[in-house]
Amino acid sequence: MYRYDDRDRAIINDRVAQFRGQTERYLAGELSEEQFLPLRLQNGLYIQRLAPMLRIAVPYGLLNSTQLRRLARVSRDYDKGYAHFTTRQNLQYNWPQLEDIPAILAELAEVEMHAVQTSGNCIRNTTSDPYAGIALDEIADPRPYCELIRQWSTFHPEFAFLPRKFKIAVSGSEQDRAAIRVHDIGVQIIKRGEEIGFQVLVGGGQGRTPVIAETIRDFLPEEDLLSYLEAIVRVYNQLGRRDNKYKARIKILVKALGPEEFGRRVEEEWQHIKDGAEKLTQEALQWAKSFFTSPEYKEFDSASTQDALQQQTDGNKAFARWLERNTYPHRVPGYRAIKLSTKPTGVPPGDVTDSQLDAIAELADNFSFGEARVTHDQNVVLADVEQGKLYDLWQQARKYGFATPNIGTLTDMICCPGGDYCSLANAKSIPVAEAIQRRFDDMDYLYDLGDLNLNISGCMNACGHHHVGHIGILGVDKKGEEFYQIQLGGSASNEASLAKVLGPSFSRAEVPEVIGKILDFYVEQRQAEEPFIDTYNRIGLQPFKERVYAKAS
Amino acid sequence: MPKPAKLGPQPGNPAELILNGEVSPNEWQLIPQVEAGEDFDLSALPDGKVILPLRQWKDNQEALAARHDEIGVWLDSEEGAELIGDGAVELPLIAINFPAFADGRGFTAGRLLRERFGFKGELRAVGGFMRDQLTYLQRCGFNAYAFEGEQPLVSLKDSLSDFGDSYQTGTDQPLPMFRRRF
Repeated sequence: MYRYDDRDRAIINDRVAQFRGQTERYLAGELSEEQFLPLRLQNGLYIQRLAPMLRIAVPYGLLNSTQLRRLARVSRDYDKGYAHFTTRQNLQYNWPQLEDIPAILAELAEVEMHAVQTSGNCIRNTTSDPYAGIALDEIADPRPYCELIRQWSTFHPEFAFLPRKFKIAVSGSEQDRAAIRVHDIGVQIIKRGEEIGFQVLVGGGQGRTPVIAETIRDFLPEEDLLSYLEAIVRVYNQLGRRDNKYKARIKILVKALGPEEFGRRVEEEWQHIKDGAEKLTQEALQWAKSFFTSPEYKEFDSASTQDALQQQTDGNKAFARWLERNTYPHRVPGYRAIKLSTKPTGVPPGDVTDSQLDAIAELADNFSFGEARVTHDQNVVLADVEQGKLYDLWQQARKYGFATPNIGTLTDMICCPGGDYCSLANAKSIPVAEAIQRRFDDMDYLYDLGDLNLNISGCMNACGHHHVGHIGILGVDKKGEEFYQIQLGGSASNEASLAKVLGPSFSRAEVPEVIGKILDFYVEQRQAEEPFIDTYNRIGLQPFKERVYAKAS
Repeated sequence: MPKPAKLGPQPGNPAELILNGEVSPNEWQLIPQVEAGEDFDLSALPDGKVILPLRQWKDNQEALAARHDEIGVWLDSEEGAELIGDGAVELPLIAINFPAFADGRGFTAGRLLRERFGFKGELRAVGGFMRDQLTYLQRCGFNAYAFEGEQPLVSLKDSLSDFGDSYQTGTDQPLPMFRRRF
């Protein structure tokens, strides 16, 4: 993974000192609430319902065990002993004290971490594929480009006060696992012959106005990545709306101008700067790539490791299930990636305790070259596990509560913190997730349902990605009461689509029953092994609607 | 974007400002915009160094040619640098208004004036920008900061050196860090 040198360290230490000064000025009354707001936001600090919330950047989700142990320690020393993985592959603390934040940032800086630009109207943490570097369908490793984007966007002097927040995602594989079509900028690595380049998409997003991104460039040469991003954000900074926060994202500008005209303006701007100093040099590209080389894999005979694994799964249904749902193929024979589930029933999705953070560090050290990856569905990947050690890892993961074999199933929900924590929320989301997990706790049933994304947001800001869930649940406020709208048919994959509203909303108590009706209907309608989303795409919304809203006879 | 019907907040004329890193007397007088439909009275323009709104400067360039060295121009936040364009090289001063600190268009305008239109004169931030933006402003080509209201300029200028290095290019740093690491 990327390691800081003295220059990176100096910049982050300057930031810690700057924010310490800003906090002191605020606490001394020299900075108004309004003035402090953008400063603290650009350091990931929100003031929430109950306490401040601090969001720590985890660049493209990558953590080493030293960082994990430090995150655990900070949650013990400054918080209530737990933390929350977010859908931007970041980590949040829900209970820090404002006056402790500078000390927390100093502790994080020691392990090359920070909270820079995790909120505010600036370029946020660049996200990517949790299987980067190991996926079978990878065209090129996205992480070197993510790191170059991270550096380019960190304290970018021109783009710290954009019309609205700005999110970039990079996918390096054929299958999009980074949801690039619902980002302000989506970067897809492609190859033209042997030449690496990028397809560039703009104007996707979730929130109040969900939009699927449009392609503005089919092939951007590798060395032009940063200058082209600069041209896009420069056009947006000048032309994006600033009169209405709900119309300020780049998607609204791209819609207003049309993708062709927006793309034309970007190209025009880019002509001025494409051969400038931000053009990536071969030396810089090689340098960035040098941080993401393969670890020292052992050589295995895949037939014999497969046989050994087969013997362990025979007669051990629990292990077999975990192997099927929670592990992922690896490009190197004899290895697999595994996903630690943070979603056992009764735990808010994405929440982990301090001792679990320490446990992830231990598992990473013992099984995966000391590294772990936070995923956008709020789980944790250990990417490089020897097949021969999977059984051992499974047993340890069980001990720490990470082995719920529900990855990719109904109960592996994406869920925002909702009304329990967030001051923006219209409704709670965590209790809804829990009620669904409790109702659908029969693993045989969950496996029979197969791949199913259920995403829950407590308000239309869509932090729980309800627009791109196969089933989306949105908390709404009806005359001061919490209700839930159900949506069907969303997807954040290559064939990205936005979910459609099923009909009138339901009370919280009704939600599990409604989900039950939807699932029963799917089971009746599906053909052979057809996953939920394919059945939906085949038969459409209307039959589901008729079933759910049918009068009891 | 449609022009606002009413004028936004107009920048003031503080007695002192930060210029090239030092607290200095403000030698220029900024002239506010006139409401749409109202006439701009050129003869009422004060003597000495004045900073005109973009439109009044454009409308009166010939008449003002004799006062060339004491005529500056200010851009409001929705007025892009290209509206001055190559004319920038002739100007002794350009001011850019930040009607609110969250309105970041002026950062782009500053950079373009310096990097694209060859502006060498005083580039002045006016309006509602704040201390904590000084390093960004500096990196976008600004060298003068006219804070509104009573402000302790001597301590504010310390924020110009909040950061000792940067990842990207800026008007203060022609090479991004990836070209300087080796």
